[in-house]
Amino acid sequence: MSSDISNSSHKPDGGSAQPKAPPMDKPKFWNDPKKRSLLFQVLLLSALGFVFYTIIDNTLTNLEQRGITTGFDFLTSEAGFGIAMSLIDYTEASSYGMTFLVGLLNTILIAAMGVFAATILGFILGVARLSDNWLISKFATFYIEIFRNIPLLLQIFFWYFAVLRTLPHPRQSIEFFGSFINNRGFIFPAPVAEDGFGLVAFGFVAALVGSWLISRWSAKRQERTGQQFPVFLTSIGLIVGVPLILFLLSGMPMGLEHPELKGFNFRGGITVIPELIALWLALSIYTAAFIAETVRAGILAVSHGQTEAASALGLSKGKTLRLIVIPQAMRVVIPPLTSQYLNLTKNSSLATAIGYPDLVNVFAGTTLNQTGQAIEVIAMTMAVYLTLSLLTSFFMNWYNARIQLTER
Amino acid sequence: MKYELQPAMPPPSNLIGVVGWLRKNLFNGPVNSVATIVIGFFLISFMVPVIQWIFIDSDWIGDSRDDCTSGGACWVFIISRLDQFLYGFYPEAELWRLQLAFFLLIGSIVWLVMPQTPKKGLVAVWLLVIYPVAAFFLLYGNSFGLIQVETHLWGGLSLTLVLAVVGIVASLPLGIVLALGRQSEMPIVRSVCVIFIEIWRGVPLITVLFMASVMLPLFFPEGMSFDKLLRALIGITLFQSAYMAEVIRGGLQAIPKGQYEAADALGLGYWQKMILIIMPQALKLMIPGIVNTFIALFKDTSLVLIIGLFDLLAIGQAANQDPKWIGYSTESYLFVALMFWVFCFSMSRYSQQLERKLHTGHGNRA
Repeated sequence: MSSDISNSSHKPDGGSAQPKAPPMDKPKFWNDPKKRSLLFQVLLLSALGFVFYTIIDNTLTNLEQRGITTGFDFLTSEAGFGIAMSLIDYTEASSYGMTFLVGLLNTILIAAMGVFAATILGFILGVARLSDNWLISKFATFYIEIFRNIPLLLQIFFWYFAVLRTLPHPRQSIEFFGSFINNRGFIFPAPVAEDGFGLVAFGFVAALVGSWLISRWSAKRQERTGQQFPVFLTSIGLIVGVPLILFLLSGMPMGLEHPELKGFNFRGGITVIPELIALWLALSIYTAAFIAETVRAGILAVSHGQTEAASALGLSKGKTLRLIVIPQAMRVVIPPLTSQYLNLTKNSSLATAIGYPDLVNVFAGTTLNQTGQAIEVIAMTMAVYLTLSLLTSFFMNWYNARIQLTER
Repeated sequence: MKYELQPAMPPPSNLIGVVGWLRKNLFNGPVNSVATIVIGFFLISFMVPVIQWIFIDSDWIGDSRDDCTSGGACWVFIISRLDQFLYGFYPEAELWRLQLAFFLLIGSIVWLVMPQTPKKGLVAVWLLVIYPVAAFFLLYGNSFGLIQVETHLWGGLSLTLVLAVVGIVASLPLGIVLALGRQSEMPIVRSVCVIFIEIWRGVPLITVLFMASVMLPLFFPEGMSFDKLLRALIGITLFQSAYMAEVIRGGLQAIPKGQYEAADALGLGYWQKMILIIMPQALKLMIPGIVNTFIALFKDTSLVLIIGLFDLLAIGQAANQDPKWIGYSTESYLFVALMFWVFCFSMSRYSQQLERKLHTGHGNRA
């Protein structure tokens, strides 16, 4: 019994002590933790090897019987189907490799849009739930409790089938400011750059660099003299003002390509397809409820003494939130926030249910059906999401290490 | 001269009662007052028509769309299809089997959740081990003199419950093994578990379901065919066990190191230590986490409609496509959402209450 100690407590150098001890019976090898663990691991490896061998063997036999060739050659052959929305040039003559790329870009687009909207909405709701205004905090609570307890797929269906699909036909579009909303999506005029627009773009970049320099200078000055400088307002003024003045001075070098009703649909302009809108709405509204909860938990994790100290210093409520509470809360908020971003990215694969051409839809859906190369296609799709989540967790670890509280 | 303690004056009338409450909670400052008025206005102008649509102008009695005349919600649509929403296409004569399984499930869960009931351990074993097997024979039949009901007839809320319960029950043992493996000192065991967990946690459930429905048949020898429901269940279980493993790992790590060391000092072996000392303490801490993953799983079961199973949401989608009832999709989405919401919300309340209860108990943090 006494030799049956667990592995966790047994240090590797524990056995080499007491050279003068009287010779004992050699313990049975299964009672030696080292040998036993070696045996376990060899057993596990051989079992895994056997399982994988059987699976691969079965798969090869099955594929041969169905006449499916393996390999990634299909990526260069012609896809032969169109995609409703593409960020790069894509035609039916493009290859399956291009299909993969289009799907990947569309996935990244919806993930980025969703992360942006969900973060803003989530932060507002998280702070609102802690508001001392009864109506605001109750409203935020209702929002959070309702939207996070309803399946995302149902919300996507609701926005797509019950809201956007019931909008009027293109001929009866709702029109405002030269834009149109109908059941084919949201159509707005496309900006077209003319000669001299480069100057405006240059002004914009210059204003960005300028406001960065100002913020550095003002931080240094505040450390030295204690005087504050309205960095935020100046930056906004620069970033909006400089390009605007250049735009007006150079004679407004930008035209608009207005959408026109031709036949049954609109030509020209930029069309945002309803699938994208529905997915975006549902993803942001759903994820915002979760983000709001992490934000609330983060704010509550900041000790109350900090808030009291801030009000003892005479900081206003807004300044307390902005300068004292939020920076400390971020330490608690960031890790769950990144996993919410990851969830949003993974959840964007539900796009396939309403036909938004994301990676799962065009690649694991249409491409798989046309080529039958299930193994390769599913493996590539999974690899994309796996890479994204590994990258995110690396970033999270790096960030966590960087903002870790350094105690003195 | 005599000094007498004067009785305390009542607080000013604008600090107590309704007025005081309003001043404190809604109008304590100009910014808050404006916010209250603006938000209140929007809420009222939004809520009044919605409530009117749902309750006041709605139709409840009838059997075809001609009975929906008042312009509000047409609940006739839902009521006339209620059986399908709850039971899918399960044969009507056999419905008692579904209902019996459902009441047994609810009964045992209520038994476990109620604080004062005795013998919780036995009921938990029944629910986690015996009940799933019994429910399978009850629902599928083909033995004990029950007629066989093919799984493609299963649907609606009962299928959602089957998926969620099997998913959680089957992933629990796998999750425990994975969590223990991840904590192990054996490098190969640990890396195998880490790789398994991270792969499943890194991919969306949809790709797992696609994999289960497309790739799984390729993995097995010719002639061995799987039921569609079984394939979905395998996918869900593998996916869920990775999440379960992380919850269990959290529970294991919350047990103070002294407990492990004390068990070692008593000369307990690895399994004795885990089963007798660590797990009983850790499982209690894990219940909120397990309930939370169960909520996530319960919502995620709706994804099986993509591989062609008729869960609650899929039944709703199918009902919307019925040509006799075109145009009432909002009603069916609202109804399905309400069903999911009731289950998820009560579970999340339970887990919050449990967390509070565990928090005030003996401090167990290391």
